Amino acid sequence: MIPAAFDYVRAEDVRTALTALADGGEDAKVLAGGQSLIPMLRLRLAAPTLLVDVGGVGELRGVRDDGDALVIGSMTTHDELMNDALVREHAPLVAQAAATVADRQVRHVGTFGGSLAHADPAGDLPGVTLALDATFSVMGPGGARDVPASEFFVDYLTTALRPDDLLISVRVPKLPGWRTHYEKFQQAAQAWAVVGVATAVRRSNGTVDEARVALTSMGSTPVRAHTVEAALAGAPATADALAEAAGRAADGTTPMSDGIASADYRSHLARVLTRRALEAATG
Amino acid sequence: MTRISMTVDGVRYDDDVEPRTLLVHHLRNRLGKVGTVVGCDTSNCGSCTVLLSGRSVKSCSLLAVQADGVDITTVEGLAGRDGELHPVQLAFHESHALQCGFCTPGMIMAAVDLLTENPDPSDTEIREGLEGNLCRCTGYQNIVRAVHAAATSMRTSVPSTPEAAGAPAPSMGEEVTT
Amino acid sequence: MTVTEDRAGREVGRDRRRKEDARLITGRTMWTDNVSLPGMLHLAILRSPMSHARIDGIDASAARSMPGVVDVITGRDVADVQGSLPCAWTVTPDMAHPDHPPLAVDEVRFAGEPVAVVAARDHATALDALEAIEVAYEPLPAVMDIEDALADGSPLVHQSLGTNKSFTWAFDSAEEGTGGDAAAAIDAADVVVRRRYVQQRVIPAFMEPRSVVVDPTPDQITVWSSTQVPHFVRFFLAAVLGTPEHKIRVIAPDVGGGFGGKLQITAEEFISFLVAQRLRKPVKYTESRSEAMLSAHHGRDMIQDVDVAADRDGTVTALRVRLLANMGGYLRLLTPATPLLGRYMYNGIYKFPAHRFECTGVFTTTTPTDAYRGAGRPEATFAIERVMDDLAAELGMDPVELRRRNWIERDEFPFTTVTGLTYDSGDYAAATDKAMGLLGYDELRREQAERRAAGDRVQLGIGVSTYTEMCGLAPSRWLGSLGYAAGGWESAIVRMLPTGKVEVLTGTSPHGQGHETAWSQIVADQLGVPFEDIEVMHGDTRTSHKGLDTYGSRSLAVGGYALVEACKRVVEKARPMAAHLLECDPADLEFVDGSYRVKGTPGASKSITECALAIFAAHDLPDGVEPYLDADASYDPVDFSFPHGTHLCAAEVDTETGQVRLRSYVAVDDIGKVVNPLIVEGQVHGGVAQGIAQALFEEAIYDEDGNLMTGTFVEYTIPSSADLPDIVTDRTETPAPGHPLGAKGVGEAGTIASTPAVVNAVVDALRPYGVTDVRMPCTPERVWQAIRNGGGRP
Repeated sequence: MIPAAFDYVRAEDVRTALTALADGGEDAKVLAGGQSLIPMLRLRLAAPTLLVDVGGVGELRGVRDDGDALVIGSMTTHDELMNDALVREHAPLVAQAAATVADRQVRHVGTFGGSLAHADPAGDLPGVTLALDATFSVMGPGGARDVPASEFFVDYLTTALRPDDLLISVRVPKLPGWRTHYEKFQQAAQAWAVVGVATAVRRSNGTVDEARVALTSMGSTPVRAHTVEAALAGAPATADALAEAAGRAADGTTPMSDGIASADYRSHLARVLTRRALEAATG
Repeated sequence: MTRISMTVDGVRYDDDVEPRTLLVHHLRNRLGKVGTVVGCDTSNCGSCTVLLSGRSVKSCSLLAVQADGVDITTVEGLAGRDGELHPVQLAFHESHALQCGFCTPGMIMAAVDLLTENPDPSDTEIREGLEGNLCRCTGYQNIVRAVHAAATSMRTSVPSTPEAAGAPAPSMGEEVTT
Repeated sequence: MTVTEDRAGREVGRDRRRKEDARLITGRTMWTDNVSLPGMLHLAILRSPMSHARIDGIDASAARSMPGVVDVITGRDVADVQGSLPCAWTVTPDMAHPDHPPLAVDEVRFAGEPVAVVAARDHATALDALEAIEVAYEPLPAVMDIEDALADGSPLVHQSLGTNKSFTWAFDSAEEGTGGDAAAAIDAADVVVRRRYVQQRVIPAFMEPRSVVVDPTPDQITVWSSTQVPHFVRFFLAAVLGTPEHKIRVIAPDVGGGFGGKLQITAEEFISFLVAQRLRKPVKYTESRSEAMLSAHHGRDMIQDVDVAADRDGTVTALRVRLLANMGGYLRLLTPATPLLGRYMYNGIYKFPAHRFECTGVFTTTTPTDAYRGAGRPEATFAIERVMDDLAAELGMDPVELRRRNWIERDEFPFTTVTGLTYDSGDYAAATDKAMGLLGYDELRREQAERRAAGDRVQLGIGVSTYTEMCGLAPSRWLGSLGYAAGGWESAIVRMLPTGKVEVLTGTSPHGQGHETAWSQIVADQLGVPFEDIEVMHGDTRTSHKGLDTYGSRSLAVGGYALVEACKRVVEKARPMAAHLLECDPADLEFVDGSYRVKGTPGASKSITECALAIFAAHDLPDGVEPYLDADASYDPVDFSFPHGTHLCAAEVDTETGQVRLRSYVAVDDIGKVVNPLIVEGQVHGGVAQGIAQALFEEAIYDEDGNLMTGTFVEYTIPSSADLPDIVTDRTETPAPGHPLGAKGVGEAGTIASTPAVVNAVVDALRPYGVTDVRMPCTPERVWQAIRNGGGRP
C-alpha cells in the first residue's frame, strides 16, 4: 500500500515547524519518526494533507540534566533512551520501558515524543510518564506551556496537543531513592501490551513510604491506580501487603474488550502484574 | 516533488520524489534495488530492513524524504566489490538459515545490525534481537545458528571461510556456491 | 578408499549447502514483483468491504477520468468472458458447486472479494483511483456460523442452491467391509470419550505477497505468477478463458513460500490476464499484505466431533468422527477436498477395529478455505492425538502406554488399516523411544509430579503426538476414483550437453524446498557427474512443460522417482555409443561412477561425458543411436508413502496469567531415506513452527458481520524468533519399499505432528485443575479461562 498524496515540509527548526503547522490548518500533522503514523498512512486510515517533518530538528533531540530532573527532547529515539547514560541513571523506568517498544528497527527511528503524542493506550511510554509525574513542554502559536502528564492524555489517541502545537520535550523528575519497574504482558514478542504496569516505589526500612502505579491498556488513556497507591502508602513492604494492594489495581478502570483480550482478563492481569511489578520494585 | 539525495550501497543518487513515496519503493522502483522486498503493510515482517547510517530500519515505514542525506546499505551492498560474501551472508548459507528466501534480505540486515551492537549474543539475545523480522519457513532455528556462526567468524575476524564460520556439523570442505 | 568405489550415494545423504542460496542471500532474486516490462501498466483491485451484499451499481466514471488511469473494469464489463474460478475436485456427485466469478458481478460473498480493477500508469495512481469508484451495495445477511448455517431458515450464501450445504461425504468401515460397526462398538464399550475439537481458521501467510505479471504479445501471452502450480495455472487459463493452451506460457520465478496458500488458481491471475488481453498491454498486480489476508485462501476451520470407545485395558474398539468444514463463500481449487484429505487418516497409527467418518462442507460468507500445509491431515492427527490423550487421562494411563497398546507394530507392515489404506512401513516404537530419550520424558514426569505436589504457580505439561501421514500426492487412479480432475504423476527431463554438463527440467515447482540442490544430488549420483555440473530448471511451462507442480509432500516421493528413471534412461541411451567406442557388446558394460566399463577388462572404459561428445559429433553413430543424449520419464505412484514420527514437547504454564512457554521440543521423524539431511531438518523446523503457531498464536477472526478482524500482521500473530523454542530434531529410518531412493516425504510432517503435541502439553499441565481442553490458539486468556472454568485447584 502507498499513502494518499500529501504535501511535505522538512522543518529546520521549531519556528519553521510551528509556522508550517499553523499554515497547514486542521489536516496538517507532525511527522516524528513515523513508526506509528506511516503504517496508518499506508493503510489509508489517516490522510493528512500536510506532513511537517520535525525528525531533523536538532534542538528537539537529546537528553539534558536539569538538576532535579532530566529534560528529554521529543525527537530522542527509543534506542537513544535505552542507551543514554543520564536516562539509565536517573530515569531507569524510561530506559526499561523504551527497550520493550516494538523491535530494534522501530526503536532506531521511533521517538519518545512521537509515541507520547500518538497516545495509544497500549503504548509503553505514556504510562511511564504518568507514573513519573513527568511534565510536557509544548510550544504553540501562542507560545510555550507546560502540561503535566496527568492532563496530557485526554482520550484514545488524543492528547492535550492542539493541531498547531509541537511537543518540545518532556521533563522527567529524577526521583532519587525510588526504585522502579515496568512489567509488560504480551501475547507474542511483536504484540502490543495486553496490560503494562509502570511502578515507582520509595521505601524506608520495611515500609513503603510512597508508591506510584500507572497502567497501560486499562482504559482509553493510561491511568494511575490511585487506590493501590493509597493502600501502599505507609504499608509494610511485605509480600502480603503488596498483594493486598495490587488486588485493587483494576478498581475504577474501564479496560476495553477487543480482539486482544476481554476486559475481565485485563483486570485480572492488572492485579497480577501490579503485584509482580511491586515485588520487583521493592525486592 | 521533493529533492532528495542519498548514498545507497556506495553510489550517490539525487532524485525528485513525491513526498508519499516510501523509502522501500524508492529503492526498488527508482533505484532498481529490488533485492529489498516488501512483505507487509504494518512494519511487522521486517523483510524490507536496510541499514540507515549503519542502523537497521524498516524501509517500508520511512518516507524516502526522511532518508534525505543519509547513507543506506541494502543486502545488495553487503558483499565486497569482488563478490566476497559478508560473514552473515556466508553463515546463512552454511547454516541453511533460509528456505524461500523472501525474508532473508531483511533478516540478514537485521542480523548485521544486531552483531554490530552485540558481537557475542546469546541464543536469547539473538531471538529477541530479531523479533522484528518474521520468517515462515525456517522456524528460526537455523537463523539463530547462523547468527552465532557469523558472530564467531566476525569476532575472530579470520577471512570468512566455512571453517571460520563455525557452522555446526558441516560437511567436509564444502565449497561456497556463489 | 578404492578407485572402484561406487559413486552412488556420494551425494545422496549428504548435507549439501543449497545452490539456491547464492541469489537469495545477495538480493539478486527474481520475485514476480521484480519483473518490469516496457509500457507495463499497474493494477489495483477494489474489494468488497461487506461480507454479503448485492451490487446494485458501480460508478467508475470519476476514476476513469483521473490522470494516469487507463481503464477501470468491473465484473459486468467482463461477465461474458471471465468464466468461473475452478474447483478441481468433485467430492460427491451431488456436491453443490456454485460459480465463482473472478470479478463479482451481482453479489459479493466475502469481504475482500474483487469487484473492480483499475489499470494505471503507476501503482500509486491505481490505488488513488480505487477511492474514486462508487459502488452501491445492498447489504444481505452475513452467514458466519457453520452450525447455524445448516439450520432451517438460515440465510443463504448462494440463494440459487437452496441450502448452505455443499456436500456430505461418509465412510463406514462396516459398510465398506474394512472393519466393524463403529456405532455398535461405541454402544457396547467400557469407556467412551466424546470430544468436540475446533480447528480454528488460520491464514497460510507466505512471506511473499502474491504478484502477477502478464505480457500479451501478439505471439504468446506470458504470465509470471507467484504460484506453487504454474502448470495448473496454464491449464485453467486455457480451459476456462478459452485462450489456446499453446499460446500461454506461465512462469513461476522465485516464489516466496506457499504452504498450500499458493496452490490455487486465483482471481488475481484471471483478472490480470483479462485486463492485459483487453488493453493489449503488459500489466502487473502485486497485492498488499492486507489484501493477501482477505483474498488468499484460508486454512483449517472445522468442528470435529470425536467419539472414541475402548476397553478398560486401553484397547480402542471404535472411532467415530463427524466434521463440519467451513468452505467459505465459494469452492476454490481444492476447497471441498481439503478436509477430506484427512478422511482416511483419523485412525492415525493405530489398529482400530471399527471406524465411521462423516464430513459436511458448509458455505459461509467468508474467504474460501483451501489447502494449508498438511491439508486435512493435521486436522485428523490433531483429533486422534488429542482424544488419545484424553482417553489416557480417563483410563488413568500414561499417554505413551495407551498409544503402545494400540499402534501397529513394526513387523505388522504392510498393514491395511480400518479405512482401507495400506501403510507401507514404519517403526513407531523406535521413533517414540528415541523421542522420549531426547526429551528426558521420565525425568520431566518426575518434575511435573513435584510441581503438582508443591502447587507451583508454573505447572509443567508434557505433550505427546505420534503421527503418520499419507504423502506423495498421488496415484492418478486413486485421485480419479475420488472425483479429482487431474492426476498425480510427475515428470523429469535430463539432458547431457556435449561438454558433459547436465540440464534437468523438473515438473515440480519449488518455492523454498531446495529442489535445485536435492535434484542435483540425485542426478550427480545417477550419472556420476559433479554436483556443480548440473543445472536444475523448473517453473516455466515453456521449458518444463510436463509437470504437476509442488504440494502435498510429493516432489521427492513422486518427482524424485521420475528423475531417477530419466537418469537411468540417459545411461541406457549412451550405452550403445560406449559399446561402439569400446568395440564390445553393450551387455558387457557396467555403468559405474560415471563410466561404462567392460566387465572383466580393467582399464577399458569410456565416461558418459565422452559418450555425450561423441553422440553430439555424430560422426560415427552406431545404428539406432540418435544424435543427442537426453531422456525424459514420468512416474505415477501406485500408492502413497507413509512417513511417521513422534513429537514430544514440554510446556510451562503460568497458572496466574495463562501464559504458555514451550521449554523443550523434540521431533523424531521417519521419512525413509534422506537425500539432504540439512534440507530435511529445515523442513521439520519450519513445519513444527507452523504447527506451534496454530496451537498457540494464530487465528483468523471475523466479527458477526463478516469483517475480518485480523487483517494485518498486527492482529494476526505470526510468531517471531523470540516466541518459539529451540527444536531438537532426529530421525529413524525405515526405507519406503518400492521407491528407488527409499524416500517418503517431509514437507508437511512437522506441521501435522506439532499442533497436538503442544495442546496436549498445555492440557496435561492443567489436568489437576479440571481442564480437559483448551481451544486453539491456546492464548493466555483462553488458558486462564480454562483454569477458571475447570473448577478446581490441585
